[in-house]
Amino acid sequence: MQKILIKNGHLVDPAQQIDGLYDILLEGDKVVQCSNNINDNNAKIIDAQGKYVFPGLIDIHVHLREPGGESKETIYTGTRAAVKGGFTTICCMPNTRPSLDNVPSVEYINLKSEKDAVCNVYPVGCVTKGLDGTELAEIGSLVQAGVIAISDDGCPVSNAFIMRRALEYCKIFDIPVISHCEDRDLAQFGVMNEGAVSTKLGLRGIPNAAEEVMVARDIILAEQTSGYVHIAHVSTKGSVALIRDAKKRGVKITAETAPHYFTLTDFAVEGYNTYAKMNPPLRTAEDVAGIKEGLKDGTLDCIASDHAPHTKEEKNKEFDFAPFGIIGLETELALAYQELVLKEKLSLSSVIEKLTKNPAEVMRLKTKGSLKIGFDADLIIFDGNEKFKANNFISKSSNSPFLGWELQGVINQTIVAGKVVYKS
Amino acid sequence: MLKTKDLLGLENLTKKEIELILDTAINFKGVFTRSVKKVPALRGKTVVNLFYEPSTRTSKSFEVAAQRLSADVIDITTSMSSVVKGESLIDIGKTLEAMKADFVVIRHAMAGTPKILAENISAAVINAGDGFHEHPTQGLLDLYTIRENLDEIKGLKVVIVGDIGHSRVAKSNILALNKFGAKVTVVGPPTLIPDSIKEMGVDIEYNLKKALENADVVNILRIQLERQNKNLFPSLREYTALYKVTPEILKYAKKSVLIMHPGPMNRGIEISSEVVNLKNAVINEQVTNGIAIRMAILYLLAKANK
Ligand SMILES: [Zn+2]
Repeated sequence: MQKILIKNGHLVDPAQQIDGLYDILLEGDKVVQCSNNINDNNAKIIDAQGKYVFPGLIDIHVHLREPGGESKETIYTGTRAAVKGGFTTICCMPNTRPSLDNVPSVEYINLKSEKDAVCNVYPVGCVTKGLDGTELAEIGSLVQAGVIAISDDGCPVSNAFIMRRALEYCKIFDIPVISHCEDRDLAQFGVMNEGAVSTKLGLRGIPNAAEEVMVARDIILAEQTSGYVHIAHVSTKGSVALIRDAKKRGVKITAETAPHYFTLTDFAVEGYNTYAKMNPPLRTAEDVAGIKEGLKDGTLDCIASDHAPHTKEEKNKEFDFAPFGIIGLETELALAYQELVLKEKLSLSSVIEKLTKNPAEVMRLKTKGSLKIGFDADLIIFDGNEKFKANNFISKSSNSPFLGWELQGVINQTIVAGKVVYKS
Repeated sequence: MLKTKDLLGLENLTKKEIELILDTAINFKGVFTRSVKKVPALRGKTVVNLFYEPSTRTSKSFEVAAQRLSADVIDITTSMSSVVKGESLIDIGKTLEAMKADFVVIRHAMAGTPKILAENISAAVINAGDGFHEHPTQGLLDLYTIRENLDEIKGLKVVIVGDIGHSRVAKSNILALNKFGAKVTVVGPPTLIPDSIKEMGVDIEYNLKKALENADVVNILRIQLERQNKNLFPSLREYTALYKVTPEILKYAKKSVLIMHPGPMNRGIEISSEVVNLKNAVINEQVTNGIAIRMAILYLLAKANK
């Protein structure tokens, strides 16, 4: 079996509490050694001198759009964007056409991934049939077919009774119910954050309460069912506070946020910028501070992109007509590094934890998120000094509010299952 | 000289530029009393009225303004349903471009649409009202009317009554009045007044009597009758009981209070008929001034885009 030895790099592996110079020896698709000063004459050597080495990053919230939305993204392009962004494992959301509420659709993703993907792809199944919030999908069959979580992402599970049943039922499989928290009655067809900017622009606003009311509901339901809820894309300070309290009480809850929620405010929408339109919407500076606080104290477990590609034609429209969503895979690590490590002084290890160890735990990926011996040979080499301009995306779409930004932190190499799949 | 190709809103106009527009409008208003109410300033130019929302008042006002400047006017009234069917705004813009339109006056139910159009065509785009965003010519004509009647705008207390949150008229008025140093109070039920409007530099009142205290100007907005179905207020009857402007309630304002309404009015709902007939009601003057303002805008943009 082929051996690769990564030498002289600065390994940050929060699951092993490693933050220093380590060599890593890969054999086949597994890690066989991770210690100081490894030598192996039979191994191909990659010199990572002056660079960081991280376990392959895991993004648990990605829309690959296949099947049904191939003009926006495919498994082929989406996974290539992922490895360029340092992700060796991604979880794809079920709001495809057809949706992942049935076994054949999940099998299609698995087969297509085998053929086209350059990183690990784990499908997330639907909570309800057709994502319509009324009838539970056959979750057990979906799990057998390979889904590792369920979610009606894109749509909230508006009916509290259905959410309760989903949380209860998923205890059989020990998988999270990922909740897109949005009270549609409160959101009222809003298209951006409700506040001074929406008032000025004359756009319908989505209040923070639209998210927080459902976060509170899901906490109560998780507590009463002792089910496991994972809150997707947290955008408000109030949600962070609710989740923090719930965790203190011992509720089985985890949560993620996305780079745009700790980097941008609703001012980014000014000029009717549809590349700053996503759901939940960009909030205020106060919320951004709250999100950073939640990342710092561990209330927010994961950073995930909510990578949501849309074509130029779809986005180049009246603000009300343009679809929600932005791409994120190729800017995620740099934004986390630049905004959280360099500017906010979070430790690099605590940030990498939210992209490796924690998402692996949320998704019960037992051999990922770390370079322990016997774990999967997924890793990346990262240069924290190099800068790049965010354009020329590999993703099929380029709907990013960071388009044209200069960002710090470049992925030099990405290794998936012991194979180099990306080189800068 | 105006420096912009288009008139998308009042937010980015300076006080000086607004003064230029108002002063230019004075000259055009002078034309109205002549026997021949027409000047040749825009002869050979084409103005397209592109209205996605029906609005006889505004589209006719632009039409009269254009005709008095000797321009040709093309009317395109299109329903929102054709938009939903995928008739792209940018494509329509390109069509108008091919027709060599010099001006496109656009009214649209969605905020930001004039900007999209302006970015995609070389013709001058004039915003005739976009969603809840702005209605700049209305803001200008209201400012003109106030200045004409009360002379100095600085220090005036202007009260805007009604559905502030959904009103582009209110937004453009607030932006213009603040640039001239007026003190603006908005009044209406909290369901129709977003708290964040404060950040535009206005005071919020929920009580009409209190709001009117010492007011120099009261601008009464049209209440959209369908709002009651959206639970923004329980019923028109209740709205009327709390916010209808009547001669009695106007006693709380200054005696000479200037009474304005952008029209069309719902008499007996947001404004009583007696108020319309008061001698300090200038609602018809607003209509006349609207034409002068729109002439000034067309004229100044034509000069700027030469
Ligand atoms: Zn979502």
